[in-house]
Amino acid sequence: MAQLNVVNEELSLPKVHYINADRGLKSWLFTLDHKRIALMYFVLTTVALLLGGIFAMAVRFEHLTPGPTIMGANTYNRMFTLHGVVMIFLFMIPAIPGIFGNFCLPLMLGAKDVAFPRLNLLSVYVYAVGAALALYGMVSGGADAGWTFYAPYSLSTPATLAPVLFGVFILGFSSILTGLNFIVTVHTLRAPGMTWMRIPLFVWAIYATAIIQVLATPVIGLTSVLVAVERIFGFGFFDPAHGGDPVLFQHMFWFYSHPAVYIMVLPSMGVISEAVAAVARKNVFGYKMIAYSSLGIAFVGFFAWGHHMFVSGQSALDNGAFAIISMLVGVFTAIKVFNWVGTLYRGSIAIRTPLVYICGFLFFLVFGGMTGIAVATVSLDVHWHDTYFVVAHFHFIMVGAVIMGYLAAIHLWFPKMFGRMFHEGWGMVASSFIVLGFNATFIPQFLLGNAGQPRRYYMYDERFWVLNVASTAGSTLLAFGFIIILIYLIYALKNGNVAGDNPWDLKGLEWNTSSPPPKHNFDVTPTVDEDPYTYQKKGEEVEHVVI
Amino acid sequence: MNELMRQLLFLPEQASTFAVKVDKLHYFVVTVTMVASVLTGLIATWFFFRFRERRPNASTPIVSASHRFELAVISVPLIFFFLWVWVGFKDYIWYVTPPKNTTDIYVTGKKWMWHFAYPDGPNSNASVTVPANRPVRLLMTSRDVIHSFYVPDFRIKQDVIPGRYTETWFEATKPGRYRIYCAEFCGTWHSQMIGEVVVLPGPEFDAWMVKQKQGLAGRVDSSGSGEEFKGDLATYGRRLAGAYGCLKCHSLDGAPHIGPTWVDLYRRKTLLASGETIIADEGYLTESMMDPYVKVVKGYQQVMPSFRGKLAAPEAAALVEFIKSLRGDNLENVAPKEPVYGPVERR
Repeated sequence: MAQLNVVNEELSLPKVHYINADRGLKSWLFTLDHKRIALMYFVLTTVALLLGGIFAMAVRFEHLTPGPTIMGANTYNRMFTLHGVVMIFLFMIPAIPGIFGNFCLPLMLGAKDVAFPRLNLLSVYVYAVGAALALYGMVSGGADAGWTFYAPYSLSTPATLAPVLFGVFILGFSSILTGLNFIVTVHTLRAPGMTWMRIPLFVWAIYATAIIQVLATPVIGLTSVLVAVERIFGFGFFDPAHGGDPVLFQHMFWFYSHPAVYIMVLPSMGVISEAVAAVARKNVFGYKMIAYSSLGIAFVGFFAWGHHMFVSGQSALDNGAFAIISMLVGVFTAIKVFNWVGTLYRGSIAIRTPLVYICGFLFFLVFGGMTGIAVATVSLDVHWHDTYFVVAHFHFIMVGAVIMGYLAAIHLWFPKMFGRMFHEGWGMVASSFIVLGFNATFIPQFLLGNAGQPRRYYMYDERFWVLNVASTAGSTLLAFGFIIILIYLIYALKNGNVAGDNPWDLKGLEWNTSSPPPKHNFDVTPTVDEDPYTYQKKGEEVEHVVI
Repeated sequence: MNELMRQLLFLPEQASTFAVKVDKLHYFVVTVTMVASVLTGLIATWFFFRFRERRPNASTPIVSASHRFELAVISVPLIFFFLWVWVGFKDYIWYVTPPKNTTDIYVTGKKWMWHFAYPDGPNSNASVTVPANRPVRLLMTSRDVIHSFYVPDFRIKQDVIPGRYTETWFEATKPGRYRIYCAEFCGTWHSQMIGEVVVLPGPEFDAWMVKQKQGLAGRVDSSGSGEEFKGDLATYGRRLAGAYGCLKCHSLDGAPHIGPTWVDLYRRKTLLASGETIIADEGYLTESMMDPYVKVVKGYQQVMPSFRGKLAAPEAAALVEFIKSLRGDNLENVAPKEPVYGPVERR
């Protein structure tokens, strides 16, 4: 790998590729090319990530002292609402499917585009409109209900909530359109010879995600509209003063928002499956188990929502049932973890930037997942519910796992997308900052939760002070890591060394074309006659190992 | 061992029977979690070095799993997970099943305070007194939005929901003072919706209770109006209203008389003679007893005498509580009938 950082005179970018094939603003705004749409998502979701990060830092800095530090109570409540809504609806849900799903999925299948290119373009615009409305609504109306919008607080807060609720409703359509597009693409546009068991695992993960997007998203749309309608016209859906039921809101909200966790994390798991195989140059250990466990998670994920409501007053029997179903999610995840680690076994592992993220991902997913099992254990959740323990747990999954996967994807496919290499040394530095900073931010939050600090607290008791300061210190490291990445990636766009079509000699179909790819992806439609992780040289004797 | 683990994990004191029970499972789960995730990290890291790239673009063997390995991978986590679910659910069922003969306390959450009431008399805000080593049951409801009653030292938490009653119970084991938090986001001062549980040893609690039942007016205080009274504040207020002649001008049937009726007066939007609109809260009601002409309700004459110096502070409070207890039909009563509580207010 080392030689890649040396300028290679022989390599040059292809003369015509998807980025320079058409010129002018119009050619971008009306493009039907899945790769350009992916870049549009890249820009938009990066802005969302930066905004969400700024709001997160504002929250962390507020917690430097137990009392008021840099903002008032209402501003604080708005900040964590902004952070939650932006990170979840504007970044986590659209990011990996929008960027890497759009960019890689057709390439990996050997297709020229997604099944419905116009719907694909529409999904970006729907996203942009929904995101703008949600952001405008939150900033101008001072939304303070948290990203969960629990009734009846969300019905009675003096802040304006209708715009952000409609924003979430609109964003849902973007998600549904993307999911629908991917499902149809996987069914209809696979290259000749690509049977279901030869589909790359990233595609399996995106496929499982798409099913959840299509089936679950309408429920959040419905729920947010009901809240908006109740706020505007006073219908009594959720407000007990009008005969409504506030716990019903929680059921409806989590019926989407729990599967939404898998909308966020499954694509990331798919990235890691690809990245592990790529850095280890290995067949994926237990391909079928990984593929089916993605579908398994998507399926049981629909029936686990009630574990968010163990102390809400729902029946004890419900709590037991939801606890058992939640454990099944844990088992599917455990299977994946075993298989990723198994893939490393007997590999030829290149120590590169994605490896640091894989390492971080494995630790965070196991720790985050096991603490998920812990909070799904009913008696333990009684103490942890709505404390920083839960905050730390879901950040381990959503930042620890999802963002590690997102960053691994960027570092794996950057040369494919732009034809140039980022600086490997800076990549290692930044990834170390991210992994260490992440641990330093969120491990203290587990302890805060144990100690009993409830979440969404503007002021807290003095005994929680030290751990809060530690967490804030860690978050600055984390932020610093992201800034380094942003700088070296932007630098690499123009000045990075030319990567060549397939810098790491990988086997997926996406590496089987030039980097950046031509507008139509492949000059010759590829045919597939082996699985995507065949790293054995033709003619050499292949060693088979069974463990 | 218990103490070591508790301190390592920053867990608060174990001040209830449930805390002791639940922490054992806590240690078990957290230990396995730590071991599993660190082990995964270590194995992966060891593989990075053991199987690092020795020459570029090398061929690798095809490694596949035997059925025995697959079975182990699925069953080992499953066994641990279901063991935890089983123990956790059993403890949980114990936790949601209060024993008989509990001391019942009614809890009302409202932005941003906790209100406590014993069935036979005393009321309090923010602080609730309970006996040690006796089961205490809390019957909880909310006046506005969802709150969540949380005492970390007891490891208990229960959402408090408007329009419904939820219950939780605990048996405190150590006398002392323990923090109450609101754990469900409820607005601007959510983080200040705190209170404390004061745990007294059994006999001390009984003595405290007897003293409380003597009623506010019965206690020796500066007012000197030492009339013996047993009962709650609102009942006391009703008697005082008769004794001080309030009811000659203020009706209890909703009809306007010389003064405004007291039915539904509390929290009513009231138009004043000055043209200003105010909400008739505790502050306003007290002010009108003491300085009746500062804020006269539109349409009424300035005829009420001032009661400044005539009403003792607890008596004024009792009158306010009495007025608060007078609620008519325009408040929608969605709560079940039995407990002694105020209904959910229409916003």
